[in-house]
Amino acid sequence: MTELFVAKLGDFKEGDRRIVRSPKGEIGVFHHGGAFYAYANNCVHSGGPACEGITIPKVVDIIAEDKTYHGQTFDESEMHFVCPWHGYEYDLKTGTCIGDPRLKLRRYDVVQRDDTVYVIA
Amino acid sequence: MNIQTPVNEVRNLRFDEFSSLESLAKATEQARKRNYQDFLIVDVDSHHYESESYGQIFKYIESPVLRRQAIESSARGGRSSMLGGSVGYQDIGGRITRHWLRKHEKVEDTSKHRDITTTLRWMDAMGVDYACLFPTPMLFLGTHPQVEVEVAMARAYNRWLCEQILAKEKRIISMLYLPFNDPDATYKVVKDFGDKPGVVGFMVTSPRYKPVHDNAYMKTYRLLEEMGKPISFHAAYNWNDQSLQLTNRFIGVHALGFMWFNMVHMTNWVVNGLPERFPKLKVMWIESGLTWAYSLMQRLDHSYKMRTSDCPQLKRKPSEYMREMYYSSQPMEVPDDPSILEATFKMINAETQLVWSSDYPHWDFDLPGVIHDLPFLNEKARRNILGGNAARLFNLDTTPVKKIP
Repeated sequence: MTELFVAKLGDFKEGDRRIVRSPKGEIGVFHHGGAFYAYANNCVHSGGPACEGITIPKVVDIIAEDKTYHGQTFDESEMHFVCPWHGYEYDLKTGTCIGDPRLKLRRYDVVQRDDTVYVIA
Repeated sequence: MNIQTPVNEVRNLRFDEFSSLESLAKATEQARKRNYQDFLIVDVDSHHYESESYGQIFKYIESPVLRRQAIESSARGGRSSMLGGSVGYQDIGGRITRHWLRKHEKVEDTSKHRDITTTLRWMDAMGVDYACLFPTPMLFLGTHPQVEVEVAMARAYNRWLCEQILAKEKRIISMLYLPFNDPDATYKVVKDFGDKPGVVGFMVTSPRYKPVHDNAYMKTYRLLEEMGKPISFHAAYNWNDQSLQLTNRFIGVHALGFMWFNMVHMTNWVVNGLPERFPKLKVMWIESGLTWAYSLMQRLDHSYKMRTSDCPQLKRKPSEYMREMYYSSQPMEVPDDPSILEATFKMINAETQLVWSSDYPHWDFDLPGVIHDLPFLNEKARRNILGGNAARLFNLDTTPVKKIP
């Protein structure tokens, strides 16, 4: 296990992302909601760069109590990141594939030491 | 635990630049690991955005009146144009970033058309030797209300493609667009362009409302059969189709539309006995996936046994004719249970009839790995589907020519 440098905290703003090359392959490190999350940059679908796409909140259908439909909106409490090859979406906090929750990206631990962020791989 | 203090390779992401080679770097890794350099890979369905070259293509329109209309209408941004467009949001609301970032790709070489350079880049990155290139917005031209516009654009695009792309790059081939709403013009396109370099067949865009068994097309089918060039039906959707208008999300119109028109054309093709009338004509069905063929075979065979009088030209069951046609692989619908996919392959006689396709750069493209990594294929079948079948169909040299970075 090795701690790999990700960024100085001051350079790694909320909402930022870094791609770190490790002996185990590339790792995407996200800074979101005051926490850090790191996943293998390897889409479960066809091996695309899963961590290199946009981040976007979950989309929900608005269904009233009488089961009628009233449009769509974003659920800001659940942020996703999206593989830029085909659009596979992942829960940013868990790495779970939204379209098939049995599949998850490999997760890595992130540590903050003084003013520096490392990922353990 | 080791602490690696030196700065290892870390990169930021940018959303204002694009490189095919960088975007597909992981596809290149796959190509190297799987030794694609050692064998032929042919992509029978890939695309460019001919709309980015309308300025050049419109100059090839033969009618001076339509030429002026095309040039003038395209110059008025925000107003209705002569060609129109299709309703849809293929990039899933901007989620597929490469879809819109690709416009930022830098091409330094101005000695040849930009599309040649960018196409060769993704081909090499994936490990593709030859790519059959098709247009994109023109996939919807078969529903244009003015037949003469379809004819004019078909002839202009075909001439432009032959002169500016195919004549200058042997690794890019095409099945040319047929203006199918005008049967005589369709015949003339085959006559005029059939022997051009890089023209390996002809393509009908499937969303349209002319039946394939109309007598007016028989002379074209005969000509293609004599030339030994395949006819293909390239699927797409039409959200203005009365049935498909019932769908309210792109996933619905795409899933159904890309199967629907080819199911209609295939049914008419078989029950009207066209395989008996043109037994040597090669027919290919593009971008409908594979499940539709499997289900239609079973459905037509079931009904045929009770209703042979509806299709008296047939000497065999519908599925037996369908099993002699060609099918492009994308989008490869991969079920959780691989035995289901194996049965689908068996049903269409995949070892000789299936031809791999990427559909790149469209939103649901496939890599060669969708075939290469299937556990139930032997090496011969794998190589046939990835390139050998297409090489026989298109009469291509089987020596690999790609340059994987």
